[in-house]
Amino acid sequence: MQTQTLDTQNQPILEVNDLRQWFELRKFVFARAGYVRAVDGVSFRLPRGEALALVGESGSGKTTLARTILGLYKPTAGDVIFEGLSLSKLKHRKMREYRSNLGYVQQDPYGALPPFMSLRGILTEPMKINGIRDKAEQDRRIREVFEEVKLTPVDNYITKFPHMLSGGQQQRVVIARAMILRPKLIAADEPVSMLDASVRVEILRLLRRIQEEHNLAVIYITHDLSTVRYFSERIFIMYAAKTVEKAPVESLLEHHFHPYTQALLAAIPDPDPENAKRFRDIPPGEPPSLVNPPSGCRFHPRCPQSIDGLCEVDEPPEFEPLPGHTVECWLYK
Amino acid sequence: MEEKLLQVKDLYLYFRTSQGAVQAVDGINFEMARDDALAVIGESGCGKTSLIRAILRLLPRNVHTYKGSVVLLDTDVMKLSEERFRTNVRWRRMSLVSQAAMNALNPVIRVGDQVSEPLVVHQGLSKRDALAQAAEVFRLVGVSTDFLSRYAFELSGGMRQRAIIAMALITKPELVILDEPTSALDMLTQANIMNVLKGIKRDLQQSFIFITHDVATTSELSDRGVVMYAGHIVEISSAEQFYLNPFHPYSQKLMASVPTLKVRKELEFIPGQPPSLLNPPTGCRFAERCHRRFDMCEQEPPMFALEDGRQVKCWLYK
Repeated sequence: MQTQTLDTQNQPILEVNDLRQWFELRKFVFARAGYVRAVDGVSFRLPRGEALALVGESGSGKTTLARTILGLYKPTAGDVIFEGLSLSKLKHRKMREYRSNLGYVQQDPYGALPPFMSLRGILTEPMKINGIRDKAEQDRRIREVFEEVKLTPVDNYITKFPHMLSGGQQQRVVIARAMILRPKLIAADEPVSMLDASVRVEILRLLRRIQEEHNLAVIYITHDLSTVRYFSERIFIMYAAKTVEKAPVESLLEHHFHPYTQALLAAIPDPDPENAKRFRDIPPGEPPSLVNPPSGCRFHPRCPQSIDGLCEVDEPPEFEPLPGHTVECWLYK
Repeated sequence: MEEKLLQVKDLYLYFRTSQGAVQAVDGINFEMARDDALAVIGESGCGKTSLIRAILRLLPRNVHTYKGSVVLLDTDVMKLSEERFRTNVRWRRMSLVSQAAMNALNPVIRVGDQVSEPLVVHQGLSKRDALAQAAEVFRLVGVSTDFLSRYAFELSGGMRQRAIIAMALITKPELVILDEPTSALDMLTQANIMNVLKGIKRDLQQSFIFITHDVATTSELSDRGVVMYAGHIVEISSAEQFYLNPFHPYSQKLMASVPTLKVRKELEFIPGQPPSLLNPPTGCRFAERCHRRFDMCEQEPPMFALEDGRQVKCWLYK
């Protein structure tokens, strides 16, 4: 009996198996011109209550991965399993039910909020769609999430329109909207990259508090490695549609195995007057095209430690140099 | 005493709106020496970009007040006629790398022609000579000269940003103003661009004003830090002083909110919002959010010059 409860506890809320999301390119309307391989073989398990950070440059596939998990794209191959249910088997109604378990916090809060709707309207919409029609219940829930994201006194905000709020407040509304259906998982796509430094910390702390109180699983997408240390347990580094390194945050900051991770960490400045006196060691070139990715390891053309005859030929599998810390790189064979 | 490259005195720039005057730049004073890199740091809406507009005289139509003096070496550029300013100062002596530089290139003109255009327009060079110089600055910023004959869409984001920097350098101006030069770029590209700028500073002794809200990036290229809050400068200190031990309570809070990768610290945020610049408070503008506020703060503090060379606009340092 005891072990069984433990098992359900440890069962991941989300499982992603060898997920591929390719977008078709067409030429002259009909002819197929190839695929953009935005996500190309990603697997992981996300336990309940864990915050996972996806870090990578633009075009590395992090947003596509999140949107596929949210059920906004149909995976090309592989599967997403949420609480034991396979996403690819869900039909229309079930899909809506599935989506109500997930919250989405978008990057640009102003762009994510309809300008002609009051905050009450914005928050009522998801409830209407998901069958919460009782007015009193709607009102109760709105008050509850507004208290939670600290938009108080609630009555001052509820009739306002998005343009009347500051950037930080708009982002709170987006978070409130993501929370209104009481989801079990939240995908936050660069939730703070448009905000100023001090507001950024405020919003990240808010997200962290909500996560802990509700034991939410969070997928936190960012290009800013420095915030990750404070707001997540595990971190995945994405490069050219693949997760090249996966590790608990502290482990990754201490031992960064993949040469790309090393380059990323070397590129990020902490505020320090010494920075102005030295040059940073940055690999040459740019991330590859996802239509024709390089053979073998996708980082090999830029990699200072590339092994001739291996890295450009064979794609590296996942190695585990430390327990729970995996890396797709031949150096750790 | 070193020669002053730029002296800004009592600079004001207010904008007219339907609700009154927005006091975006409200009595700014600072100076910089040659070969100096000045980082202007502040949150959005604090007047950083308006300050640049005021210095370069890139004014919108709804100007309410525009006064003060901006002296570049020996010329008070505010006193020049618009025509003289345009031909002799703007771009020739002070150039700009603008925000959102990704879209700052004309999509239907070859990159080389755009980069060399300032020479043709401002210095009357022939197109051929101008292109030769464009090739030179392209080498300087690390873009292959093959790209001179390409169009903007054929360049990656990082290369476009380098081309824009090349355009700002081509006239060999005394001062280059960088307005958020890297904020739209990826991490590695950003570090690359900073390397380019550092190289230019080292090799050409180029002077920069570097404007950004990203404190960590400013530390890559600055000799001094200037902190702006609600239209005022609240602190001017050397890079050492500023990044290691800022004095103004706002600078301290701002620094405490910057996440660091190498060491773990307790991150703080500043409760509340900056005041409206339509109707700013009469006393210290930061007082309402300040953790060290006391009675004096009801009155506006002057800029106190401290012995170690810092300037701080706060009664704590009287």
